[in-house]
Amino acid sequence: MAAPDPVETFRQESQELLEQLEQALLDLEHRQGDMELIDSAFRALHTIKGSGAMFGFDAVAAFTHHVENAFDEVRKGKLVASSELVALALAAKDQLRILLERPAEADAAAQAAILAGFHAIVQGGAATPAAAIAPVAESAAAPGWRIAIRLARNAMAMGTNPLLLLDELRALGPTRVTALADEVPPLEELDPTDCHIAWQVELDAPCTRAAVEEVFMFVIDEMTLELTPLGAPAPPPEATATTAAPPPPATPAAAPAQAAKSAPPGDSVRVPAGKLDELMDRVGELVIAQSRLRQVAGASHDVQLRAVAEEIERLSLELRDTTMGIRTVPIGQLFGRFRRLVHDLCRDLGKEVELVMQGEETELDKTVIERLNDPLVHLIRNALDHGLERPEDRGEKPRRGRLLLSARHAGAQVRVSIREDGRGLDRARIRARAEERGLVTPEQVLTDQDVFQLIFEPGFSTAATVTNLSGRGVGMDVVKRTIEALRGSIEVSSTPGAGTDVTLCLPLTLAIIDGLLVRVGEGRYVIPLTAVEECVELDADAEAGGARCNFLNLRGSLIPFLRLNEVFGTPRDPEKLKKAVIVSAGDQRVGLVVDQVIGDHQTVIKSLSKLHADVEMFSGATILGDGSVALILDIAPLVAFGQAHEERLMTAA
Amino acid sequence: MSTPETAQTLRVVTIDLQGERFALETRHVREILDPGPTTLVPNAPAFLDRLINVRGRVVPLADLRLKLGLAPSDTTIDTRVIVLEVPLEEEAVTVAVLADKVHEVREIALVGMTQTPRFGLRCRPDYVRCIGQLGDDFVIVLDPGPIFAQGRAPDPVPATHS
Repeated sequence: MAAPDPVETFRQESQELLEQLEQALLDLEHRQGDMELIDSAFRALHTIKGSGAMFGFDAVAAFTHHVENAFDEVRKGKLVASSELVALALAAKDQLRILLERPAEADAAAQAAILAGFHAIVQGGAATPAAAIAPVAESAAAPGWRIAIRLARNAMAMGTNPLLLLDELRALGPTRVTALADEVPPLEELDPTDCHIAWQVELDAPCTRAAVEEVFMFVIDEMTLELTPLGAPAPPPEATATTAAPPPPATPAAAPAQAAKSAPPGDSVRVPAGKLDELMDRVGELVIAQSRLRQVAGASHDVQLRAVAEEIERLSLELRDTTMGIRTVPIGQLFGRFRRLVHDLCRDLGKEVELVMQGEETELDKTVIERLNDPLVHLIRNALDHGLERPEDRGEKPRRGRLLLSARHAGAQVRVSIREDGRGLDRARIRARAEERGLVTPEQVLTDQDVFQLIFEPGFSTAATVTNLSGRGVGMDVVKRTIEALRGSIEVSSTPGAGTDVTLCLPLTLAIIDGLLVRVGEGRYVIPLTAVEECVELDADAEAGGARCNFLNLRGSLIPFLRLNEVFGTPRDPEKLKKAVIVSAGDQRVGLVVDQVIGDHQTVIKSLSKLHADVEMFSGATILGDGSVALILDIAPLVAFGQAHEERLMTAA
Repeated sequence: MSTPETAQTLRVVTIDLQGERFALETRHVREILDPGPTTLVPNAPAFLDRLINVRGRVVPLADLRLKLGLAPSDTTIDTRVIVLEVPLEEEAVTVAVLADKVHEVREIALVGMTQTPRFGLRCRPDYVRCIGQLGDDFVIVLDPGPIFAQGRAPDPVPATHS
């Protein structure tokens, strides 16, 4: 494989930086003047500018430069991080994303407007400097600086080039650089990759302390930097005290906190997702081979063979768990993106919402996380648009609504829920709308859960007015389809006046499922265990009368059943005692008649070939212990196919 | 390929299907296996209704005879499974095909597409990549791309031969 494309790497890194920037900006809205956040935003901008220029994204670099300047002013205390500035910066961030992803679509006018906005703020800010911090910064400016630089021993090994740092200092003004070689060890002890030389630089330029420190921004945590004003005859005593302190106060304090918040850098490896899929495939094969080995070992009396087989079983199961662990990422990555969405929606809808997130550390398969984005966007929009009331309509509840995004593990599932304390679902209105559309009959008795599931019907909307956000009835059915495609389910609960809770139940991984292995004729099939409710014996009466009424009496309720051998068009098995596996398909229960229930089976899912894309009844295949292939039933299409099949039989009769 | 290709040769695997000799280019062939257990895919097209396990991968097994208008035949001691990589919509799809017998890998001289007869072939002309010369005989070199690209459409080929 070729080395990763540096431009692509830059793009990926910029995405992360933009996200970091966005987080910082959104936090900054609530905590104006938090230096840590301002630094975080500035650093993200600075890195985007720097690497952008390096990889030929000149437009990105040029645009970022102006935004960075504004934040530099904020850092220096000349400007307050007002909400206008933050809003403008958010807009700038969106522009940057466009510039990075689709440079052709970038709107020059929009960019110019944003830059003009920044310019106005910076000008205005300079005219009325922020009183509190500015004087300190101003007094720190001196006619020049004596700068003592000592880098960490391993600085060069970590990729720092001292020459570039010196060049950057030179860019600030005329410098006199003296190398301090006092710590250079004797030749036999010298490690050529270490940085032994320190420098003393005299900078003849009336720049601020911050401007000098900025040069060392990325290495400041690992180095000693001493700044003494040059030729300042009588610096104020307190200024000397601060300047003499080797680590400048703001930046180092910010850096560790920042590091603690985001994932620790350095000890992670960027791996293409495709390689992980490959690894998962191999591990799946190993697990299958191991289960074959177990069968062979079980049949033999060789104690040594059995011991080895057990050892391999333990190892391969551990390996499987570890591999699945690699593929998972914390859901916080996804939740983080919604802060902006909620922020913007609240502004557009005139609502006040407090967004609370819980369980961001809950881990889920990366593919699942990616596919969850759109459904969650829909659900959050719905919650804000329909669920939560305007501040003035909230009655006795606090003016500010509450939107809770949470995730937690529950067995082999992850439950992701979106809960708001709004007006709740209107049961009567949903029902009326469903009757209007002929989805239910007026006399039908429905549980709350049944009624709430109706909102997932295609084209269903009870919103009196259609907004550009929601109410078109497009979306909820897509949400349901996406979740079902992930082999998950949706639960809705709602209390009038107190809010709605939509919970998505998702499997931990897409690669392995628990299944029930059954036999139909000669073939063996796997039914996903999540769909199975129970297995019953099909009594001879139902079997005999089967031609006319395919119903099963299960503790008083009538359950329709499908004979899988008929659906599959395979010969009828002479087996007298048939079994019916009761499965839930969406909101109904259906019995699947099989010849034998073999047992439960942990299944590594193999997707079917593209050539079989039109065979809808199966979601995939798996390899059994004996090496043969079994198909995995996809319940919803199977039931739909079975019904169509039966209707054909009826019309033919 | 409008120029005559008479001087060219092609590396192929020659196989038997219902007593007739066909060839597949070696660049498509990944491996040749003994037949093992197969799994029926209900409601799939008849010529592509089975799955096999090729070292941990689930691969569809096709019966080319049905696609070429030949009658199916029973598995014999000579039956082999040929695993192919077929380019379909710019993506290589792995598919296995049954052969009554696999002969050999060899270079054959091309008679060339320009001389492919418009008729005289029992199968559809687009399934044929070219005609090669094998000793005194001709051999049809199959083009798996079009065969599987139309896997889902009904095949208008006359069903049986005498």
